[in-house]
Amino acid sequence: MFGYIVRRVLQIIPVFIGTTLLIYFLVFALPGDPILALFGDKTPNPAVLDHLRAQYHLDEPFFVQYWYYVSGIFQGDFGTSFNGQPVSEQLARAFPITIRLAMLAVLIELVVGITVGLIAGLRKGGIFDASSLVVSLVLISLPIFVIGFAAQFGLAVKLGWFRTTVSQGAPLQDLILPAIVLASVNLAVTLRLTRASVLDTGNQDFVRMAFGKGLPTRRVIPVHILRNSLIPVTTSLAADFGILMVGATVTEGIFNVRGVGGTLFLAIKLHENATVVSFVTVMVILYIIVNLFIDLLYAVLDPRIRYVK
Amino acid sequence: LRITRIAAAAGGLAIASALVLSGCSTGGDTPSGDPTAVITANGSEPQNPLIPANTNETGGGKIIDSIFAGLVYYTADGAPENDVAESITPNDDNTVFTIKIKDGQKFTNGEAVTSSSFVDAWDWAALASNAALNSYFFEDMVGFSYDEDVSLKESGGLVVVDDSTFEIHVKSSLADYPLRLGYSAFYPLPTAFFDDTAAFGENPIGNGPYMLSGEGAWQHNEKIDLVVNPDYNGGRKAQNGGLSIVFYTTQEAAYADLLGGNLDVLDAIPPSALKTFKDELGDRAIDQAAAIFQSFTIPARLPHFSGKEGELRRAAISEAINREEITDVIFDGTRTPAHDFTSPVIDGYSEDVPGSEVLNYNPDDAKAKWAEADAISPWDGEFKIAYNADGGHQEWVDATANSIKNVLGIDASGDPYPTFAEVRTAITDRTIQTAFRTGWQADYPGLFNFLGPIYGTNAGSNDGDYSNPDFDALLKQGSSASDTDEANKYFQQAQEILFKDLPAIPLWYSSVQGGYSEAVDNVAIDWHSVPLYYQITKSE
Repeated sequence: MFGYIVRRVLQIIPVFIGTTLLIYFLVFALPGDPILALFGDKTPNPAVLDHLRAQYHLDEPFFVQYWYYVSGIFQGDFGTSFNGQPVSEQLARAFPITIRLAMLAVLIELVVGITVGLIAGLRKGGIFDASSLVVSLVLISLPIFVIGFAAQFGLAVKLGWFRTTVSQGAPLQDLILPAIVLASVNLAVTLRLTRASVLDTGNQDFVRMAFGKGLPTRRVIPVHILRNSLIPVTTSLAADFGILMVGATVTEGIFNVRGVGGTLFLAIKLHENATVVSFVTVMVILYIIVNLFIDLLYAVLDPRIRYVK
Repeated sequence: LRITRIAAAAGGLAIASALVLSGCSTGGDTPSGDPTAVITANGSEPQNPLIPANTNETGGGKIIDSIFAGLVYYTADGAPENDVAESITPNDDNTVFTIKIKDGQKFTNGEAVTSSSFVDAWDWAALASNAALNSYFFEDMVGFSYDEDVSLKESGGLVVVDDSTFEIHVKSSLADYPLRLGYSAFYPLPTAFFDDTAAFGENPIGNGPYMLSGEGAWQHNEKIDLVVNPDYNGGRKAQNGGLSIVFYTTQEAAYADLLGGNLDVLDAIPPSALKTFKDELGDRAIDQAAAIFQSFTIPARLPHFSGKEGELRRAAISEAINREEITDVIFDGTRTPAHDFTSPVIDGYSEDVPGSEVLNYNPDDAKAKWAEADAISPWDGEFKIAYNADGGHQEWVDATANSIKNVLGIDASGDPYPTFAEVRTAITDRTIQTAFRTGWQADYPGLFNFLGPIYGTNAGSNDGDYSNPDFDALLKQGSSASDTDEANKYFQQAQEILFKDLPAIPLWYSSVQGGYSEAVDNVAIDWHSVPLYYQITKSE
């Protein structure tokens, strides 16, 4: 078990080098001159451009630029954005907000998806099963910005139940509405998966055995059915968490959440290489860690799973 | 020099228009409201450190303008009025300007604002190795160089006479120079700036109507909190208790916050709400002309677009564009068809400059001119307009190209570049072989600013490499004219030449849409599309 974890953690090193190099190259290869774009529609004097390029090392070849970046990291310096912000501060500001938002969304997805999926699975073919199918189909087929704008306009602007956008510092109560919107899209998957899994488990011999030996339903459902149904659902939720970390840009824009998506989007637009690479790298590492965590969780859910070496 | 004379009259106008805009909903003529209430306004994360010489975009610009006071400021309609300056006196041929500054002016750290505060700041901004984004504002001063480090103080461009007097020496007659001095590049800086520019850019110290609420007031990506500067005694005295500029990544979120009551003043309406915002906001909606001119440039180096043939083809293309219809259908009336090369909000604007008929939709004349050009040299190939696909330009470029195609019967289409940086690179290194989208937002409210930097021979933003000695001569005459009215006369004559040569095809002027909450009054958006935050009052 311990050896397994060490091996998985060590895998982060090559992934780190690979990601930074690849992403750095991608941003480097973006066509267009970021310094020129700083001037808008106005054309600066060539001498001013040369000075600025030298100042940001943009006149150096690719590997020299990359070396500046990587050697900076080992000295704790992730680089600076055009407006003088250290990238490390940007990271420290944006990631906690996005992680909070993603966790809240996964929590909503977990509670609602598993509860509804479980009930639907236990009462297969009933009215609850049918209506949950319809609702989840509607949610999954709507693009997220439609759900986002509709929820913002209806629940926040018109009814005033929520704040229209997330205020400074992203307090939890402000994040509820964007989290619901984020959760709604993946909810359908969790719900259907839980339902199918519950149906499957419900037909197993050990469940019939449990009922047969007279165990009460309130014990059979959580311990025998639900626990054994959760493995595929767990995998799917973990993947969702990863996607939410990366793909919440649209929702973050609608609710003005100052998280990873918005910062990254702006940095890509401005060709702020250090910011883009650092953000993507942290995302990748988070993704790896979450996946490791989920793999370990399997063993808890299903004692038959053992990790060798 | 007109500064004081005009300022009195324009000041009155500004107040009048402010009241009209605010709809007089409280019925009071005098500003009333809670003097401690903080106004919340929309903004965006500044793209550069908060240093006047390095701020050239609106996100940082509206903060810089609030926390600094320059020699002059502009009223709502763009008239200059003295701020820190006591007087600005030109010499006879408008090459030397003697500036006296008011006594008792202070930065918010207590340091006195002296002539050195200005001269040292400008000297820094103009120095080549500092590569300030706004360095081109100093290019007319004696000794200025882009290529080598020349101190304006040593070269005689800036001369400190005493603590409250200094002189600006420019290379040639520039009558409108005092008008430029309200731009943020000309703000003064305290000595703290020179000790640590990076730290200053994060926590700037100014002398304007507002100041940062404290160390770290700039909360990156979230907002910046400004409080009233009690020592400021110029004409922009704050009528509210402070300003909180919230940074939005999308206009949609800002608009939702205005509707939801979390935002007081908004100066941009998202495209999705353009059709509905007037119904939703009622008399709290703002829609007014902006100092933004849109065009596309046809570089002189393109085949078929030079000489007599070029003149005919350019005029034909201009007359083939149905500007009325495009502004109506594509822009919902948020653009106004162009009648000249400047903007209606600028003093001296006229829609009847001789030659401007070429901007009217006239398919028959367009066909005739195109045929005449074909007689000189037959047309071949395709007419393309390059644009950046990340800026929402596709619809109007396609409509314009279609209009040209339908009238002239030639192949015309848009040529999208994925990003703004890409199209600007192709334009700047002159590799682009098509017409391309161009736009200009005024730096200061003068006709010259729309003409000199774009169409003057070898001018900085002359991306089409236009050159006409007659045009240059008229600009020069206008610049050395003794007063603004006379100068504008020359500038209008210069525009007559542009209408004949059409280095760029004028399309339309942008307007600015905005709105405000029920809690605030006296909201006005000024000539360069930024709300005058200092005069806003809040009642709740």
